[in-house]
Amino acid sequence: MNAQTPIAEVQTREMSYAEAIREAMALALQRDPAVVLMGEDIGTYGGAFQVTGDLIDRFGPDRVMDTPISELGGAGVAVGAALTGLKPIFEFQFSDFAALAMEQIVNQAAKLRYMLGGEAQVPVVFRMPSGSGTGAAAQHSQSFEAWFGHVPGLKVVQPSTPAEAKGMLLAALEDPDPVIVFEHKLLYKMKGLVPDGWYTTPIGKAAVVRPGKDLTIVASAIMVHRALDAAARLAKEGIEAEVIDLRTVRPLDHATIIASVKKTGRLLCVYEGVKTLGMGAEISALIAESEAFDYLDAPIQRLGGAEAPIPYNPDLERAAVPQSPDIERVARQLAKGEV
Amino acid sequence: MRDTQENIPFAIRQFSPDQLKEALRKMHLIRLFEEGAEESYMRGLIHGTMHLSIGQEASAVATCMELTDADKITSTHRGHGHCIAKGADVGRMFAEFFGKETGYCHGRGGSMHIADVKTGNLGANGIVGGGLPIAVGAALTAKRLGRDDVTICFFGDGANNEGAFHEALNMAAIWKLPVIFVCENNRYGMSTPATYATAVKNIAERAAAYAMPGMTVDGNDFSAVAGALHEAIARARAGDGPSLVENLTYRWRGHSKSDRNRYRTKDEIEEWMSRDPIARFRDELIAHGILDAEGAEAIEAAAKQAVADGVEFARASPAPAITDVTKFVHAEEAA
Ligand SMILES: Cc1ncc(C[n+]2csc(CCOP(=O)(O)OP(=O)(O)O)c2C)c(N)n1
Repeated sequence: MNAQTPIAEVQTREMSYAEAIREAMALALQRDPAVVLMGEDIGTYGGAFQVTGDLIDRFGPDRVMDTPISELGGAGVAVGAALTGLKPIFEFQFSDFAALAMEQIVNQAAKLRYMLGGEAQVPVVFRMPSGSGTGAAAQHSQSFEAWFGHVPGLKVVQPSTPAEAKGMLLAALEDPDPVIVFEHKLLYKMKGLVPDGWYTTPIGKAAVVRPGKDLTIVASAIMVHRALDAAARLAKEGIEAEVIDLRTVRPLDHATIIASVKKTGRLLCVYEGVKTLGMGAEISALIAESEAFDYLDAPIQRLGGAEAPIPYNPDLERAAVPQSPDIERVARQLAKGEV
Repeated sequence: MRDTQENIPFAIRQFSPDQLKEALRKMHLIRLFEEGAEESYMRGLIHGTMHLSIGQEASAVATCMELTDADKITSTHRGHGHCIAKGADVGRMFAEFFGKETGYCHGRGGSMHIADVKTGNLGANGIVGGGLPIAVGAALTAKRLGRDDVTICFFGDGANNEGAFHEALNMAAIWKLPVIFVCENNRYGMSTPATYATAVKNIAERAAAYAMPGMTVDGNDFSAVAGALHEAIARARAGDGPSLVENLTYRWRGHSKSDRNRYRTKDEIEEWMSRDPIARFRDELIAHGILDAEGAEAIEAAAKQAVADGVEFARASPAPAITDVTKFVHAEEAA
């Protein structure tokens, strides 16, 4: 299921998405004494999704700090620490709880550099388990990439593979600005080849993970895998879908998307967040405003989440976000000129 | 048997004559700076709004008395006094208020976000309570990196009912961080009296909930504030953790420029004006022979000149380039 071809020559090992993130954090803790991990139950418990695992045993409670259940305060402490010389990686137990910390993320972290005229920086990383599919229902399953993607000053990434997860977290750490890393919960157990050592997957660059000529499917996180599954089935019918893994929501890689649409003439945006005012609207508008508009052979299609909170019932939950067969169906219609 | 020393106010015993004169100069500078800002606002040189701390000068200056540039402060929407107390230059402050490129924030922040990172001022904050967790983070940095600097967190009586206050105090206490929470209780959060909005009588009582010392002092008495901070700073530097100090004071002006002052009486305001912290401190310095009346006048005159020069500097300064509207959003663009 791994979409990325690992870098040749570099030693790789198979590991899960969660393990890859943990390895990135271990490397960072080893390399830079200013790095600290903060979050609820990330110490002995190992994190709600076992992402920090045994890091507390290796680096001690001063570097792997359990915070009280205080999302606003904890995020703010991370912001203040980043402002004064530490490099905190703050884990939210679920991205949903970032709603409690909006003040510190959106009003403080994102704006401080600007409000202070470039005289300070906030190199904080917020890690957020995101997305639906675990039966956790409405308050533990949301996809907030569009919320945070709307805020100047923030960078927002959504890695889709173990290799990307490690590389993007290390890129986020090297970035002098606040970065939000959305980790899809359903991907934590996914395995893939991960390069050894320190490397970065650039923020702001999308990847063409499957080349094709008939239509472009833009997706991120878990949706990349669903789009690839759909594309594999469509290929048997002779429909060649090009699949783009967005990787970064903000700043968006305009060039890669525009170039692909100019090649294929058809665009399908697939995203887990609620359809209205979401990532699909942004990507559609990007194409509508660009030279790629003249190359379109069909109306742009958006496949986003239902206009509802994520429901508990498993069938409803599946129905609330795009699944592989949905992508396949809409892509087929689009390729055949049926929309 | 009374030690005569005991009758001498703390500040007089603790600080050198030069330090005391400098403190008086800063208090005048704050008052005159804010009067100058008010006048500039009336003349249309400053847009937006402004929150003046006239009447609260002792709280700002006495709180910062023992700080160095390595020590940090976080401030509030009413932050001009804190900024000057920490050592900022009034010319660059005026320039910021006038929206000029030479301002501390290159015209991007204005009054409500005034900061001077080089003197350890991490910034005023437009969000009530916004600076509280940030101050705790700064103190965490000091502890983690083994520095012995402390962080002072200024906030108002209104802010003590925000969740951020409680979360920040708790974390500072469990991790024993070198941070001092300084509540400037000027009696009102906009129009809402602290006596109405806060369940405890003194805000410093809330320290008990976070197992830290709480002190309520007369915020218009320079020595009382300096004494409380002396203790709290010593405790923080010794690694014994945070403290909460409540300075009881009063703002003479309205909440901001839009205030029609319907929630308090003239009598109340006049009563507080008669407790002017600057006059009180000046008289104290004269009474203890640190200064004579002439010397006091010279200090005030020097502050007046600094304010006039500051306004001139700001007026003559260039505006930011319009094409730079997105400059400073991210690091790459700041180059
Ligand atoms: C979170 C938030 N709520 C409300 C406001 C509007 N507001 C600005 S200042 C203020 C009063 C704050 O009172 P206090 O903390 O006592 O400070 P003071 O103005 O008395 O110095 C209010 C309500 C705000 N800026 N931020």
